[in-house]
Amino acid sequence: MTEEIILAGFGGQGILFAGKMLAYFGLMDGREVSWLPSYGPEMRGGTANCSVCISDGTICSPLVTEPDILIAMNKPSYDKFINTVKPGGIAIIDSFLIDDRCERDDIKCFYIPATPMAVENGITGMANIILVGKLVKETGIASAEAIRQALEKIIPPKKANLIESNLKAIEMGQSYGQ
Amino acid sequence: MPDFNKPHALTDVPMHYCPGCTHGIVHRLVAEVIDEMGIEGDTIGICPVGCSVMAYDYFNCDMIEAAHGRAPAVATGVKRANPDKFVFTYQGDGDLAAIGTAETVHAATRGENITAIFINNTTYGMTGGQMAPTTLPGQVTQTTPYGRSTDVEGFPVRVCEILSQVSGVALAERVTVTDPANVRKAKAAIRKGFEFQKNKQGFSLIEVLSTCPTNWGKSPVESLGWLKENMIPYYPLGVYKEGAIR
Amino acid sequence: MERMLMKGNEALAEAAIRAGCKCFFGYPITPQTEISAYMAKRMPKVGGVFLQAESEVAAINMVYGCASSGIRCMTSSSSPGISLKGEGVSYIAGSDLPAVIVNVMRGGPGLGGIQPSQSDYWQATRAMGHGDFQIIVYAPSSVQEMADYMGKAFNMADRFRMPALILADGLLGQMMEPVVFEDKEIKMSDASDKPWAASGHGNRRPHNIINSLYLQADELETYNVERFKRYEKVKEELPELESYLCEDAEIVVAAYGSVARLAKAAVEQARAEGIKAGLARPITLYPYPERELRAACKTAKKVLVTEMSMGQMVDDVRLALECRLPVEFFGRTGGVVPKPSEILAKVKVMKGAE
Repeated sequence: MTEEIILAGFGGQGILFAGKMLAYFGLMDGREVSWLPSYGPEMRGGTANCSVCISDGTICSPLVTEPDILIAMNKPSYDKFINTVKPGGIAIIDSFLIDDRCERDDIKCFYIPATPMAVENGITGMANIILVGKLVKETGIASAEAIRQALEKIIPPKKANLIESNLKAIEMGQSYGQ
Repeated sequence: MPDFNKPHALTDVPMHYCPGCTHGIVHRLVAEVIDEMGIEGDTIGICPVGCSVMAYDYFNCDMIEAAHGRAPAVATGVKRANPDKFVFTYQGDGDLAAIGTAETVHAATRGENITAIFINNTTYGMTGGQMAPTTLPGQVTQTTPYGRSTDVEGFPVRVCEILSQVSGVALAERVTVTDPANVRKAKAAIRKGFEFQKNKQGFSLIEVLSTCPTNWGKSPVESLGWLKENMIPYYPLGVYKEGAIR
Repeated sequence: MERMLMKGNEALAEAAIRAGCKCFFGYPITPQTEISAYMAKRMPKVGGVFLQAESEVAAINMVYGCASSGIRCMTSSSSPGISLKGEGVSYIAGSDLPAVIVNVMRGGPGLGGIQPSQSDYWQATRAMGHGDFQIIVYAPSSVQEMADYMGKAFNMADRFRMPALILADGLLGQMMEPVVFEDKEIKMSDASDKPWAASGHGNRRPHNIINSLYLQADELETYNVERFKRYEKVKEELPELESYLCEDAEIVVAAYGSVARLAKAAVEQARAEGIKAGLARPITLYPYPERELRAACKTAKKVLVTEMSMGQMVDDVRLALECRLPVEFFGRTGGVVPKPSEILAKVKVMKGAE
């Protein structure tokens, strides 16, 4: 079983960090993982995306071209990747930043106004993590324990207070639309 | 009492330098300083590409032959790995002030604790007397057959003056070896450079105005006269910067 | 032993430190800058040296100096910067010094691009600098291998007294994967096992000279011949190739580095579709694993070479197979990463054309 994920948006939205978090979820569950960023000048303020693979076996290609899961956080990314999602796959979309509604009926789309949700809940800048929470909810990609362990791993001890706010963001994503 | 025996830091290999060339004197001065400081076993010398390319055969300390112009970078590599050893480069004008300008200036800006012995004889000696960065205006060389034109070839590089503006430099001094008094001053400058190095006080460079009788087409004595009359006015002797940087 | 998630560039750097690399001399260039950044942070804490040089030229010459004094050291860069290091690599080889150089390749020629590429294969294996010399070239294919082959590169460079090159690419350098390091105390190298080093003779031995200048032609010839004889030993012992599903393969796909992973995905898909495909992945690019490749192609009817270039390793495949099998090529260049589906499509065409 392999999950291939693309996360895409603007530089500064925490796209690469969200991808890293997903990779750590897999790592903590003892699975094989890979994380591959787009890199270059476009990372500074332009578009940013990364490929994440989480698998029970060897990961051949770390570069995802046809994702099972897409997280899109801006319009250019949505336009670029929505038609690459595998049939049967899912797309998680920040509906505040992307007005479009997908017309494909072979994939499942979830629309979440993650950006204003983050602002309203005092966790501005964590829209990316809210979307990760939704991903966790829809795919069951990580255990609750792996999530906490991963956060403890990637958030430096100096910023330990951020663990709780990240957990809160994940929880918001998980419970959205319930 | 001057000691006329060969310094221990020089080997018995006969030097290949042309008659009247001042490389031999400068080699000896460096070797005397090494002897007097008792540091031969802790010294690593870096030779350039140019006439002194085979200096590794003449110095008794461990020696490394560098690519053209790269001696200060090579010296940096040795020194950073062995901060308690003495490291000197021995370079000519083409090596230090043309192809290796970046390496020279940046070793100086970093305040590398190394000593550069810089032989300025206004010419590329080994390749047969072409224009050097330090060739004087009007000077005839193989590649400036009508004399160096500042309109075409630009102006000679004054290394000590440039390095006097560089914060990492502990010593930038220009000397010559035309007569015993100047030879003594040159040796004192080289000693000063090694002392700065010993105390880890920054980059030191000793520029030695030197002769190249063969490529200048002059006798050794004429060459010394030409140096005094033509080079010293353009490259005044003296201390351009002195003082520990750390 | 903890599984850590690290970028390939960082794993390389950490592995170098664990291999006792005391000095790192570098210059920033995408996509390898993380190596410098990691070294800058870590070296001072383990008693090592990190120095950002004024140029690639200076950096490789610092390596030359440091290696001359018998200390394990390295530099890293990406394609355009590696061209600048060519001079220094030649001097290092000509002076019989051990050192490790890393090339995290990007698209070329010229300033090219910054996306992953394999277009420096010829340079790495044939023309790292002027003159008659050969070096050791490793091509890792995962973050774990970036770490493993770093240690190996240092050991082999020391053992055979020659430069070793890690030929990676932007994809391997930038990606994160789990990596495991052996629990071992970090011990910085010294010159104690290198009697030839120019580290100060301490008045205990004649002076050592590190040099590549031999003005007598027959003397230079003698040194070159000795070096090539030494390389014969390298050729006997070092060649490595991973062969995957090649036992009964009719079509063998040959690929190295990151592209081998993509080719593996294509091979697996081909197998799922009933095509007997296999993967032959050279791990040493020089010496080239000729025997190993011939063994992997034993049942093959055709060979497909796939690279992120216009076709460079394909020459070595043809040489190794002595033109006994048809060898075809599929590549993407300029920083475009081939898709497994593209490689699979080519395999299918080759199968169909039988």
